[in-house]
Amino acid sequence: MGYLNAENITRSFDGVRIIENVSIHLNEGEIVSLLGVSGGGKTTLFNILSGLDTPDNDGKVMLNGKDITGKPGEISYMLQKDLLQPHYTVLDNVALPLIVKNGMKKKDARKKAEGYFASFGLDGAQKKYPHQLSGGMKQRAALLRTYLASEGVALLDEPFSALDTITRSSIHKWYLDIMKEIKLSTLFVTHDIEEAILLSDRIYILSGKPGKISDEIIIDLPKPRPENVTMSEAFLQYKRMIIEKIGQI
Amino acid sequence: MTEKYRNIINKAAPAVSVTAVLLIWLFMSEGGIIPAYMLPSPIEVIRAFIGDFTILMKHSAVTLQEAIYGLLAGTALAFVIAVLMDRFEFLYKALYPILVITQTIPTIAIAPLLVLWMGFSMAPKITLVILTTFFPITISLLDGFRSVDPDSVNLIRSMGGGRLQVFRHVKFPSALEQFFSGLKVSASYAVVGAVISEWLGGFEGLGVYMTRVKKAYAFDKMFAVIILICIVSLGLMALVALLKYIAMPHKRKNKQENN
Repeated sequence: MGYLNAENITRSFDGVRIIENVSIHLNEGEIVSLLGVSGGGKTTLFNILSGLDTPDNDGKVMLNGKDITGKPGEISYMLQKDLLQPHYTVLDNVALPLIVKNGMKKKDARKKAEGYFASFGLDGAQKKYPHQLSGGMKQRAALLRTYLASEGVALLDEPFSALDTITRSSIHKWYLDIMKEIKLSTLFVTHDIEEAILLSDRIYILSGKPGKISDEIIIDLPKPRPENVTMSEAFLQYKRMIIEKIGQI
Repeated sequence: MTEKYRNIINKAAPAVSVTAVLLIWLFMSEGGIIPAYMLPSPIEVIRAFIGDFTILMKHSAVTLQEAIYGLLAGTALAFVIAVLMDRFEFLYKALYPILVITQTIPTIAIAPLLVLWMGFSMAPKITLVILTTFFPITISLLDGFRSVDPDSVNLIRSMGGGRLQVFRHVKFPSALEQFFSGLKVSASYAVVGAVISEWLGGFEGLGVYMTRVKKAYAFDKMFAVIILICIVSLGLMALVALLKYIAMPHKRKNKQENN
């Protein structure tokens, strides 16, 4: 389990300020969504949180109390693209962070990674190559890889947005189930309001130019989320509220 | 059904075209349309091939040796150059034009120079093979390295991996496809390069045999050796295909999906 704090992040490109004074926090075991329109600075913030980019100002990213600003390799992330390497089997793809990050031997890494296949619904896919898997299975494998790379915190950048609607809704259900089993604090970047409400404990709304955190909404729906929660009155109220908030800006 | 027929036609097409060419050749020469001193009949060629078989084998062993040594050294050189050029943008800019210029120099023009510099041993032949083979491999490797998905590179970086690990897990494996296309082209150049260098000096090899039979106006033997060179080149290319099959198991998808 881990937690993440980002304080006062500002970033400009070519003199244009993309995000300004963004502060967010992610508590242990939480799933928090960062909701914003496309081009609103989500990716910029994401790159800074993952250490691939640095803020302009004295903004800080802290993982489990440790300053990781501008240090890649500390926080694990998953993108819309699964980034499974086509030349490795699914098992070797998933074991990759154990080899690269933890310096494990290939054999040990495979053994450890294989232990998670059943609970991630990936059993039987070990020896396959990524192109032999369906889109949903690829994202499952990518999530397992992200989990094994993590130190309790993971960033997920629109991980399911490339999937078709039916696959997406079944993977949402799977995702909520697996999150009960594994202990992973997750920051979930998305532009899909329903997805954000369904999956999160809390939502940040990133909006405006430059992007700022304009709202923070606690989603007080029962957990685990019941079937058809997306049709419930409470759910629709959240949706209405968020649309109004985004619309105001 | 149509799928099946298409499959059969696809597989038969090369065999049919090769047979057709042979038949036309046979008809032209045996039918007396082209005089035998200009174009020997395929039967004559086969006879010459069988008659000189031991000598041909001895010479082709030498040529093949030069081609393989040259190809191996050329690959190694290409690898070093491509890795350095990929790593240092300055080297890329500085070396690229030189690499291209080396390829505009006709092989036939440098071969005698190499003989002058290195003598009649195997060295000038191998050098020429290196010069003709390293370029396609270098370019294809470079393209492979440069076309790597930056997000995959970042992924390894996000796991704390450095340059070496990015190279090992992402860059090199994703450049393999292009590497093997380059190697295939180079494998066909290698034999031809070795033969050309043998024309200009030496005591053994298919090129030496070629110049000898040319001087004797033995057209049947000339054709026999040309066909042998084709076969040796094809063999080397098949070897490359086999290496690719071994090195890239994920490309054997159809086989695996049937299992």
